[in-house]
Amino acid sequence: MTLLRIEGLTKRFGGLVAINKLDFDIPAGTITAIIGPNGAGKTTLFNVIGGAMRPDEGRVTLDDKDITGWRAHNVAREGISRTFQTTALFEELPTWVNLVIGYRMRTRSGILDGVFHTPRSVRERKDTSQRVLETLAFTGLGDYADKPAGSIPQEAQKRLAIGVALIGRPKLVLLDEPTGGVGLGETDEIISLIEKIRDSGVTACVIEHKMRMIMHLADHIVALNFGVKIADGNPQAVCENPGVIEAYLGECIA
Amino acid sequence: MKKYAKIGLYLLVLAAAIALPLLLNMSRKGKNHISILTLGMVWAIAALSLNLILGYTGQASLAHGAFMGIGAYCFAILFERVGINFWLAVPITCLVTALIGFLVGLPSLRTKGPYFAIFTLCFNVIVLVVFFNWTWLSGGVQGQAITLPSYLSQRWVRYYVVLFFLILVMLIERQIVKSLAGPSLIAVRSNENLAEAVGIRTFREKLIAFTASCFLVGLAGVFFAMEQQHLSPEATSYLASFYILIYLLIGGVATLGGPVVGAVGLYWLLSRFEKSLGDFRYLIFGLILIFVIIYFPMGVVGGIKKLWEWAKERWGGKEVPSDTLAYRGPDEEVRGVSSD
Repeated sequence: MTLLRIEGLTKRFGGLVAINKLDFDIPAGTITAIIGPNGAGKTTLFNVIGGAMRPDEGRVTLDDKDITGWRAHNVAREGISRTFQTTALFEELPTWVNLVIGYRMRTRSGILDGVFHTPRSVRERKDTSQRVLETLAFTGLGDYADKPAGSIPQEAQKRLAIGVALIGRPKLVLLDEPTGGVGLGETDEIISLIEKIRDSGVTACVIEHKMRMIMHLADHIVALNFGVKIADGNPQAVCENPGVIEAYLGECIA
Repeated sequence: MKKYAKIGLYLLVLAAAIALPLLLNMSRKGKNHISILTLGMVWAIAALSLNLILGYTGQASLAHGAFMGIGAYCFAILFERVGINFWLAVPITCLVTALIGFLVGLPSLRTKGPYFAIFTLCFNVIVLVVFFNWTWLSGGVQGQAITLPSYLSQRWVRYYVVLFFLILVMLIERQIVKSLAGPSLIAVRSNENLAEAVGIRTFREKLIAFTASCFLVGLAGVFFAMEQQHLSPEATSYLASFYILIYLLIGGVATLGGPVVGAVGLYWLLSRFEKSLGDFRYLIFGLILIFVIIYFPMGVVGGIKKLWEWAKERWGGKEVPSDTLAYRGPDEEVRGVSSD
């Protein structure tokens, strides 16, 4: 079953075509990897899907609902959350408050509920702290709960960014280089976290450069070069695709 | 332990604030001080309201002087000319100020950073010009007088009224910040793009914070009018915006005590040296401002907090429990390293 469908998606920056008539599907319950050399349009693709940028042409549909050109906050509410290539966190706030903010779109109480301490506010606070505890356990960040997010180790920050994206119960998470800037020896926890995400029923879409890791992690790979799709399929097929080898891999690893 | 220390400190300050007029009321000179402290607390309410939009939501409004003036005039007109009951005019004034804030926020909050500051400053200048020229509204340069009900004619009564509302505003702000809505406001300040990406409607959050902030600064305007008993168009001046900003910055943004310490302390000092130093006192306060911004970027209260935590880490030897929503500076890591 298809969760996210991209049809004829095009994004231009002046004369540069960053994404060119892109078509592909992300099947539900899988890990899809987007690979390609620098400048292939991977992050632009995430920006367009996530609502940070509007596409020039084409359609994005989530669960058969057209979400093309929606604002980022509406896309998030509809069920697509994302992380950023350069880890984005609310750095001066403690880890657990970062998670509270991530879950905020699922609660409705406003400042007047807060001032008057309404039953809704009380109920939603309980719900939020429950969910925060769950997510702290899921991402293994319990020890850092009280630490300012900017002060915890880089690898833990990456997991926290994923936690902030996950806490609102999305259908799809877009992870932009979840192990970027993390040493090779420290990636295991993040990899097992991504597998746990899939096993919990949330679809994941990952941009990654670490090919060995991708070959084992992904169920489905989409390869891009200069904004054009050059391969789409299971890891083995993409890895053996001559176009991918020429543009990106050099040789097959898996 | 820290929690009890904090509550104890608050109670101590409260007790002092309650006892002070009793002492001051005994001498003629002291009575003037009551008035100065009352106005200081009025500015504290204004600084607390600015704290909501600047300190927590990160949008530097330079129109709060105008909104305070609008609140003051609105109250004066409702109470003096329309003849509405004093205590009924108070909430109506706050609602009117909030409504105007909402309407100003609709276009202005679409701009970001310095552009928002410039937009609001321009609005403030416009308001000042309007109040100078629409004499039917403001009474022009002759101003607008306010005749208080007799039970408010005593200074110490007005002092306690303002003290009560100051505490109320502090409690309201505390509730907002500690509620689920608080982190969304801080998220806008901290990282707007990320806030959008996790589904926070940042424009809406800013508009809510700005409207609520204008509601509260309207209250400050009411008590400004009450204490002054006479309003001139200068009440809406942008200078007031800068005063409120400076009180907040020196006291400490994104803290509850900061705006109060900054406003009451600085206003008292400014009034204290008015006769002896004249306009030269502003030179000294400029220097204080520079000093505070460089060495205590989080203001006096923020600086004390940091010193307290540093001291605890140094001599207490225990892990510092993080204060839930307090601002943590980027140099947080450095502190842990230097404890050799």
